[in-house]
Amino acid sequence: MAVMDYMTTKKDELVGWIRKFSLFPYPFVTACCGMEFMAVSSTLYDTDRFGAALPRFTPRQADLLMVVGTISHKEAPILKKVYDQMCEPKWVMAFGACATSGGFYRNYGVLQGIDRVIPVDIYVPGCPPRPETVIDAIMMLQERIAGDHHPILPAEQRGREPSHANKVFPIFPAADGVPPSQT
Amino acid sequence: MSERAPLSSDAIERELGPLVERSWQGFGMPVLELRVENLLPLVTGLRDKFDFALFLDVTAVDYPERSPRFDLVYHFYSRRHNQRVRLKVPVPAERPVVPTLTGHYGSARYMEREVHDMYGIEFAGNADLRPILLYEGFVGHPLRKDYPIEREQPVVPYRTA
Amino acid sequence: MDASSPLASHLDRTADGGNVVVNIGPSHPATHGTIQIVAELDGETVKRADVHCGYLHRGFEKEAEHHTYHKVIPYVDRLNYCSALNNGFAYAEAVEKLLGIQLTRRCIVLRTLLCEYNRVADHVTCVAASIMEMGAMTAFLYLMTVRDYIFEHLNHLTGARLTYSYVRIGGLARDLPEGWLTRLEEILVFTERYLERIHGLLDHNRIFIDRTRDVAVMTPEHALNWGFTGPTLRSTGLALDLRKDAPYLAYPELDFEVPVGIKGDNYDRYYVRMCEIDESIAMVRQCVGLLRDGPVSVDDPRVTLPEKEAVYTEIEALVHHFKLVSQGIIVPAGEIYVSHEAPNGELGFYLVSDGTSRAYKLHVRAPSFVHMGGMHTLLEGYEVADVVPTFGSMNMVGGECDR
Repeated sequence: MAVMDYMTTKKDELVGWIRKFSLFPYPFVTACCGMEFMAVSSTLYDTDRFGAALPRFTPRQADLLMVVGTISHKEAPILKKVYDQMCEPKWVMAFGACATSGGFYRNYGVLQGIDRVIPVDIYVPGCPPRPETVIDAIMMLQERIAGDHHPILPAEQRGREPSHANKVFPIFPAADGVPPSQT
Repeated sequence: MSERAPLSSDAIERELGPLVERSWQGFGMPVLELRVENLLPLVTGLRDKFDFALFLDVTAVDYPERSPRFDLVYHFYSRRHNQRVRLKVPVPAERPVVPTLTGHYGSARYMEREVHDMYGIEFAGNADLRPILLYEGFVGHPLRKDYPIEREQPVVPYRTA
Repeated sequence: MDASSPLASHLDRTADGGNVVVNIGPSHPATHGTIQIVAELDGETVKRADVHCGYLHRGFEKEAEHHTYHKVIPYVDRLNYCSALNNGFAYAEAVEKLLGIQLTRRCIVLRTLLCEYNRVADHVTCVAASIMEMGAMTAFLYLMTVRDYIFEHLNHLTGARLTYSYVRIGGLARDLPEGWLTRLEEILVFTERYLERIHGLLDHNRIFIDRTRDVAVMTPEHALNWGFTGPTLRSTGLALDLRKDAPYLAYPELDFEVPVGIKGDNYDRYYVRMCEIDESIAMVRQCVGLLRDGPVSVDDPRVTLPEKEAVYTEIEALVHHFKLVSQGIIVPAGEIYVSHEAPNGELGFYLVSDGTSRAYKLHVRAPSFVHMGGMHTLLEGYEVADVVPTFGSMNMVGGECDR
């Protein structure tokens, strides 16, 4: 019914507004971008103005996974485990060139972009990105969250897959032609 | 401070001569080349006679077309003489086994693990040669010249959907 | 999906029956970066600790064998990313010594100035991060402000806030811009003012002293045996400092002291770093006094790009520029080990050149890696809550540790 649709839309807007201004990041800090993450959380740039300052250092309580820095193949299972432990709804930010695509490391040790193992919502370019770029990314993510579906009522959740799987994410083929799945 | 006289390769050769094959000065640093069998006695001699108490580094260089294939390179520092020294030990590829220095210096543990990871050189007597920079299940030794740089060995299967 | 741990710890099998084996990291707020500490706990006491690093291994040495000497400079920056200039200058010195290049006077003084300036930034970062983990948020935010001003200032000079890529073989990328030195003095005054506040907040703070005094105590012999260098070694009382023992760049002309600690515990490491910041600020001011006009890059056709006007008008300069950029500089065959006093300790570059434009072997003697090898000795016997300040006082920088 049209009225139900209108109510659902309004509910989505309200929930979206609430969720976007209370992001709890999990800073999965590995490398140099971590320095810029510390800078963007500090007084001069301050993510607290956007509600995204309070880091939750356990994935169970966080909803924004910020992958800050290079992810090596050795670290990838840890990243996957942390991602899997997070509850819905969750978003992933690939912070920096290395998390986005491996950066300028193209060798045996570095995972060429975290989207090979987990779905990513927003990519932040830069090596390391300037704090203003990070804030721009947080604001873009907030716009996305604001305009998103938020199926929180039981009636909406029957027969649904996890929300992160509904979105369209790019899939990348392996660099040397070998199919992505591994034995 | 006054008796921190610099040490030359000749001075070391005079004291520990038979253990050293060749020695020369390289950019202000004495460089000693020796055989694998003489490594432990030479390191003991350097530590006891010349106060090379700080073990700085061990690494290897791969010369695939040469035999012996690897050159194991050690660096030490002596406080008394305020001097660094380099040791070069040729190691053959067929039997890349070298005695460990963990009995002399605690810092040898991690550095030898790294050389083992990267080059495949065994350190006899080092009880802990687990991968340190690489991971369990990694096949091969990346810093060898015949390991292609782009050959990745992912641990987590890539996403397909 | 079950993702298994990339490394097994022997503590799983060998731990005492009544003890708990706890995994700290590698994704952990207090292990800056990616260190995994598997600790066997008897109540709150750490009986044994197994430190795993390597989660940030980015293949620096393999990359260096595949890139020309100038292309390696951004990789070198990302080793100890808190003080990227120090790494670059040590690497450049290794290449320059093999080439037999003598730097210009202005370059030497500028490099010394920037080394000390970056040392201030690195020690500020280390102290800030380690005290934040102990709960001192105010001190952390003060130090972050100081560090941010330094970053913006270096951004004005080099174009980047953190990973500068400013060094060139044979000199620097560009000379100082207008007004840089005035702003430098302003930042140094500001830093000194804020450091007073940090001293006031922490030095006699009962909580800070209780958490750091007599925790992770080290004797000088223990430190040397486990390969510690830098402020960690100096906190035990040994005054080993490459800037005094084997001076490089303009250090022979500078007047400074080397602060040493008394016990080798966490408090001493913190205090040695704070004293070193003061010394570095004084050294930066001395370097400003030593600066004279002159070229900042050496005029050696083997390494220096020709002037832009010549490149656009003369064919020889064009070809020269093309060869230097596409092929890279050719370094004579040889091997060298150059070590500098980085903020973490002795940072060494062992470079083997085979006479081509790519290094045959470039090995980094990383102080953080060696410190991680000895860190378990500082954790065993202390409480699990002491793991955090001890780890913070080591200033483990992941890029340098795992390379």
